[in-house]
Amino acid sequence: MSLALAADVVLALLILGLAIWTIAASETYGAVVGFVAYGLLVALVWVRLGSVDVAMTEAALGSGLTGLLLLGAAAHLAPLEAAEGRGRPGPGLRLLVGALCVAVTAGLAAVVLSLPEPAPTLAPAVAEHLATLGVKNPVTGVLLGYRAVDTLLETVVLVPALVAVWALATDPAWGGRPASPGPKVPGSALTLLAQTLPPFGILVGIHLLWIGADAPGGKFQGAVVLAAMWVLVLMAGLRRPPALAGRPLRWLIVLGALVFIAIGLSGVWLAGAFLAYPEGLAKPLILAIEIVLTPSLAVILGLLLLGPPVADRGPGA
Amino acid sequence: MTATTLYGLCAAALVGLGLYGLICHPGALRKILAFNLLGGGVFLLFGVIAQRGGGALTAAGLGADSDPVPQALVITGLVVAFAATAIAVGLLRRLAEASRQTTLYQAPPEQKS
Repeated sequence: MSLALAADVVLALLILGLAIWTIAASETYGAVVGFVAYGLLVALVWVRLGSVDVAMTEAALGSGLTGLLLLGAAAHLAPLEAAEGRGRPGPGLRLLVGALCVAVTAGLAAVVLSLPEPAPTLAPAVAEHLATLGVKNPVTGVLLGYRAVDTLLETVVLVPALVAVWALATDPAWGGRPASPGPKVPGSALTLLAQTLPPFGILVGIHLLWIGADAPGGKFQGAVVLAAMWVLVLMAGLRRPPALAGRPLRWLIVLGALVFIAIGLSGVWLAGAFLAYPEGLAKPLILAIEIVLTPSLAVILGLLLLGPPVADRGPGA
Repeated sequence: MTATTLYGLCAAALVGLGLYGLICHPGALRKILAFNLLGGGVFLLFGVIAQRGGGALTAAGLGADSDPVPQALVITGLVVAFAATAIAVGLLRRLAEASRQTTLYQAPPEQKS
């Protein structure tokens, strides 16, 4: 067994161990901590699988922001956790479910072991026309060129998702501010971090957006880093979450999707199909979409994390 | 066995584990966690398939060692999964606020004899 494969085996076993811990841990908070560690290791697996773009998204979004969201909920709901035992299915039913889940795993494993050789792939088709798009990162080419309609739908679907989260507010809180994501402790290490890290974080976010055309990175990764910086400042209590009734904020939320749709529609006139880019203008249009989408995505992701507005009871309420 | 197959099997196990947690855990937050594990397993399966189909790009000197189409799908999927998790957590916190419980369990009605 080569050294690299040995490392892969250790990584896979660690991931499975953490996944079992996440399912089996008796306290939810501990389970979420296990989940965050699991997410970071999965990001390493993505690097091993040659998907650096996905690795960055997984580390920042799948592990980071999702972990933060779940940690907040776990801490908030911990007092109610003791009552959860009542709904637990009996041992017989658990055994049956376990057996069926093992069957699902066995089926998937059989599929993995019998995947066709040579593997079917769209990579040559992507590589062939990538030059006409003017970008060098094939993943960006797929996201904003060949499958731009998927990306458009996803960008649009984030807006109703945010509306759905806001709709959970009580009537008097509608349009108010979300709860501050952390207790305000002036002078703590978190304050120092929130004062020094954001300039660098914002630079990294913009860098990720900018190099996304040619190297791993792009608007999603950049937006997640920007959102994380924003949430960090809010967690340290240096700024209050914004009032959600504000016009500029709402315009910022829909701006990315609107520009994307507008460029898509202009393709109908200029290039003969929805989301088609006119000859020679592909690169500038892709850049325009990415640059406008990034702040919209960052704000939407941050607001999804903050949750619905609450009745304004002052900072930390 | 290659590393890609190994991670494929790992992904299959993650799907099974997540499915079990999703069905058997009474707590809604644990169900959300398990659902994310399940999703992580599905995404990894995509990654395995992408890795297997990668050779052409390496040959063309584009650096990436993996089929970009599944990669793009997974990036889209991760963002949507986060949005879905945020809605689920929001619903759960509202449920806890309204009914002081974190499960969907309802005590069976008392039998009258």
